[in-house]
Amino acid sequence: MTDFTYTILIPLVPLAVFIFVGLTGHKMKPIVSGLIGTAGLAFAAVLAYITAFNYFWIGHTAGTGYTSIKAFEISWLHLTEHLTIKLGSLIDPISVMMLVVITTVSLMVHIYSIGYMKGERGYHRFFAFLSLFSFSMLGLVLATNIFQMYIFWELVGVSSFLLIGFYYEKPSAVAASKKAFIVTRFADLGFLIGILMLSFNTNTFDFQTLVSPTGPAITQAGGAAFMGLSVLSWSLIFIFMGGAGKSAMFPLHIWLPDAMEGPTPVSALIHAATMVVAGVYLVARLFPVYALGAPDALHVVAWVGGISSLFAAVIACTQTDIKRVLAYSTMSQIGYMMLALGVSGFGGHEGLGFMASNFHLFTHAMFKALLFLGAGAVIHAVHSNDMSGMGNLRKYLPVTHATFLIACITIAGIPPLSGFFSKDEILVAAFEGNKALFFIEYAVAGLTAFYMFRLYYSIFWGKETHYHHTPHEAPLVMTIPLMILAFGSIFAGFLPFHNLVTSDGLPFETPTEWSIAIPSVLIALLGIGVATFMYRKVTGVPDKIAGAFSHLYKWSYHKFYMDEVYLFVTKKVIFNLISRPVAWFDRHVVDGTMNGIAGITQFASVKIKGFQSGRVQQYAFVFVTGAIALVLIFVYLW
Amino acid sequence: MNILSLFVLIPVLTIVGILFTKDYKQTRVVSAIGMGIQLVLAGLLIYLYLAERNAGNTAAMLFTYDTVWFPTLNIHYSVGVDGISVAMIGLTAIVVFAGIFASWMVTFLSREFFISLILLSSGVFGFFISLDLFTMFLFYEVAVIPMYLLIGIWGSGPKEYSAMKLTLMLMAGSALILVGLLGIYFNSAPGGGQLTWNIQQIARIQIPIQMQRFLFPFTFIGFGILGALFPFHTWSPDGHASAPTAVSMLHAGVLMKLGGYGAFRVAMYLMPEAAQEQAWIFIILTSISVVYGAFGAIWQKDLKYINAYSSVSHCGLVLFAVLMMNQTAMNGAVIQMISHGLMTALFFALIGMIYGRTHTRMINEMGGLMKVMPFLGVAWVIGGLASLGLPGLSGFVAEMTVFVGAFQHTDVFHRTVTILATSSIVVTAVYILRVVGALLFGPIKDDHFLQLDDAKWYERFSTITLIVSIAAIGLAPLWLSDMIGSSLVPMVEKITGMSIAGLF
Repeated sequence: MTDFTYTILIPLVPLAVFIFVGLTGHKMKPIVSGLIGTAGLAFAAVLAYITAFNYFWIGHTAGTGYTSIKAFEISWLHLTEHLTIKLGSLIDPISVMMLVVITTVSLMVHIYSIGYMKGERGYHRFFAFLSLFSFSMLGLVLATNIFQMYIFWELVGVSSFLLIGFYYEKPSAVAASKKAFIVTRFADLGFLIGILMLSFNTNTFDFQTLVSPTGPAITQAGGAAFMGLSVLSWSLIFIFMGGAGKSAMFPLHIWLPDAMEGPTPVSALIHAATMVVAGVYLVARLFPVYALGAPDALHVVAWVGGISSLFAAVIACTQTDIKRVLAYSTMSQIGYMMLALGVSGFGGHEGLGFMASNFHLFTHAMFKALLFLGAGAVIHAVHSNDMSGMGNLRKYLPVTHATFLIACITIAGIPPLSGFFSKDEILVAAFEGNKALFFIEYAVAGLTAFYMFRLYYSIFWGKETHYHHTPHEAPLVMTIPLMILAFGSIFAGFLPFHNLVTSDGLPFETPTEWSIAIPSVLIALLGIGVATFMYRKVTGVPDKIAGAFSHLYKWSYHKFYMDEVYLFVTKKVIFNLISRPVAWFDRHVVDGTMNGIAGITQFASVKIKGFQSGRVQQYAFVFVTGAIALVLIFVYLW
Repeated sequence: MNILSLFVLIPVLTIVGILFTKDYKQTRVVSAIGMGIQLVLAGLLIYLYLAERNAGNTAAMLFTYDTVWFPTLNIHYSVGVDGISVAMIGLTAIVVFAGIFASWMVTFLSREFFISLILLSSGVFGFFISLDLFTMFLFYEVAVIPMYLLIGIWGSGPKEYSAMKLTLMLMAGSALILVGLLGIYFNSAPGGGQLTWNIQQIARIQIPIQMQRFLFPFTFIGFGILGALFPFHTWSPDGHASAPTAVSMLHAGVLMKLGGYGAFRVAMYLMPEAAQEQAWIFIILTSISVVYGAFGAIWQKDLKYINAYSSVSHCGLVLFAVLMMNQTAMNGAVIQMISHGLMTALFFALIGMIYGRTHTRMINEMGGLMKVMPFLGVAWVIGGLASLGLPGLSGFVAEMTVFVGAFQHTDVFHRTVTILATSSIVVTAVYILRVVGALLFGPIKDDHFLQLDDAKWYERFSTITLIVSIAAIGLAPLWLSDMIGSSLVPMVEKITGMSIAGLF
């Protein structure tokens, strides 16, 4: 067995960069901070590749399963007799895969940002935050126990908050960052309660113990039921709530579209490729517990994933902000991944969904990062996010155009690009697991192809638009990452995931199911065809269709009014119906009582004070009157 | 000379030194030197304490010293520390030190100001080292009374009203405590023999249960008032709003901790049976504090009010955890006291610094300050993140320990209040981010703000001291948690009546 202790350096190097650039960045030239950040990430990426190579090939005997290895661990905080929070690094197929995904995308984003952020105020701050994020995300995937994961979960949340609000002078960015943090925090409350329940019942935080088929989670915690579900199911549903918040699943998705206020490289890294799939990773990490201990909770995962993917795909068809289209697309694709986990079983071919989910996570990271970075290049060129003001950009931005087209074909699921393979596995898994969800996913496949090509044609084809400045192609430092990611998007599908990342660590065979694959490709082509017909040239067709389905169009355009619902809850209910009365109650009732007591005391003292007037006549009068009264009482009333 | 007595002696010597100074410049230097020595001494104490424990000394109290002070009533000057008091002394030394630098520009009656401030701190130190209930109470009063002068003279706004309100409510608390302490004293030898004020001795006997039932509420509420127990917390917003910066820092940072500390060191430790019986009432009150304080903070517009309500919520969690009566939760309570002490001191220091520049504390009149004062802005964000429990900063360690501890109770009542208390992490995030957004981000509302400068060296010094402490606890909590935890074992055994293995 290979020694993997060095893997702790993968998160620690970005942390060192964060501290160094954060403290001294304002004194150095901007470009220097960018280069330091990129160098740190490049180092982490190299280590991640070495780890992957060692784990999957060098240190592994062919034919045997992949085991999970605890490479490093220290105690961080003792809580109870049994529960100790530890920090360490756990090496197994999914964590190694995630290391590769995160460091690759993060490195690309770092390089890209050197060009994209040029001339921005707070250049060094941007790179410091990117390093902070990379550190947190890498720590999250390496977590050896669920509490370590929670710790880094919160840290990625705050890095995301800081980066969404990067342009802190812009009120919309500030509002978006607040919303993202608070919505995910609410979800994390569920996560925390889930952890408390799970750890209380199993006496452990440790992943290896939790997922062991003979461990306490799967064998013991299935007992005592509440509302028809076992305690284990409840804790896993609560934990999934945390995952759903981070992964922007319905109905906790509302922060993601707003999060697009952040700089575009941030959207690519955090809100497309890495942080938002943390929820998928969380479920995958605990997958044996879900699959063997609490299938009820797994059904929740499947349905939340399925509904989210359809919901988001419908909204994506009508949005006009290019980053928001991509944000809804991300939500929809993550829905796919959740669904794949949800319909999966454990072990061998049963675990197809598990493999497919991770496969799709991998390919999605490549093509979605590419789409966002491409969108960034477009925004960089025309200084706008709004696709209705764009058109015919393909002649100005040839490289961006080509790579963007590759990404669109990939996400639509056209063979032999990577998206086809991963999506096909998901569809097969859904077909074997749950027919209803399977048909939903067919519909989503069509919608995906449609809205992606609607986006593509609106930006690069369509009407001839006059721009203030002639748009020009992005510099090499930005286009090279595009090309690398395009390369990844094309070829990632050929990776033998079914041999590497499986639910039980053992390889299995996945023949291509043509009876499922062919219809899905046809549906995708149909979606592309419709989009080509409607948006390649300027026609009146889109408006006519929007008119014909005006209600659906309106609901979709307004994102099914989810924001309004949330606004009502926060502004009206929490702010006006709870917080305001609490403040009033405190001032007038609680404090009023205190002041009232003080007032009574003072009143009484003023009254009593009158007796102490210092006038002898008054004293004599009172004395004599009192004496007479007493005499009368004694004589007559006794 | 016993090392603990130095903690009272150095402030007294500093005060004597201040009497000889000529102007405010000399005064503040003398104060800073005195409290600097105090801080070094506190560091030394922690080191000596840990060394002594590592050497295998398992006595409940270390560095003890005892001398009869007033034989008729058997009052002793008796001192000694365990891990909990050592931690509290460390907190006090840091906050006082930071407070001196936050008051660097106090020029009005500066000698009197620093004398009162240091006198107050000597009371706090004395409180934490005392093992004799009577001297403990004496030091408590020494800490509370200078507060009246500090707010009444150097305060702002309706300072006379606030000073009076705060003092009267705390005095009412003192009166309740005094009843409790006298009751404990007269029942300290139920089998006959010499009555005693010594906590360690009283802990060995059992106070008759009828007396406990009567005395426990007095003592607990008395200390609870200082710890901002709902509904006796209203002195806090008004008092803090009017108090000068360093006084707010000391008051919220340290003085409120006397409440939490007294509530379990005196009320629960000495009267465990009554505590078991009556805990549910106070658990309800404290869970109300936690949530109510947080919701109250959302609506406020004055920075000091926001922080005061936030303190109600955080200090409510301290008492909540104490009442959970197991080692984990109580450990969390102590860490929360320290964590909140540092955080709130940081906030009040920053509020003072910002107010000194903008001359307003209303968040709706400010905005975009991050651009003109980045140092203070970043410090504020760090404080805010600590307050909402970000891992890596002290608040997270405290809250998680409390929640895990509270979750060890399996009955519906405890589960419900625990989940209620846990939900405060969301509400806290709401008001913290609201303030951060309104105060630091967005466009600059007032053109005058563009001329404002960033923190001066002494302000940076004060701020960095606190931030470093917060981060140190947040990043490496194990030594602190273990130091407190091992000292909690005898107390938890006494309170629960069961022997526990301890965690380690």
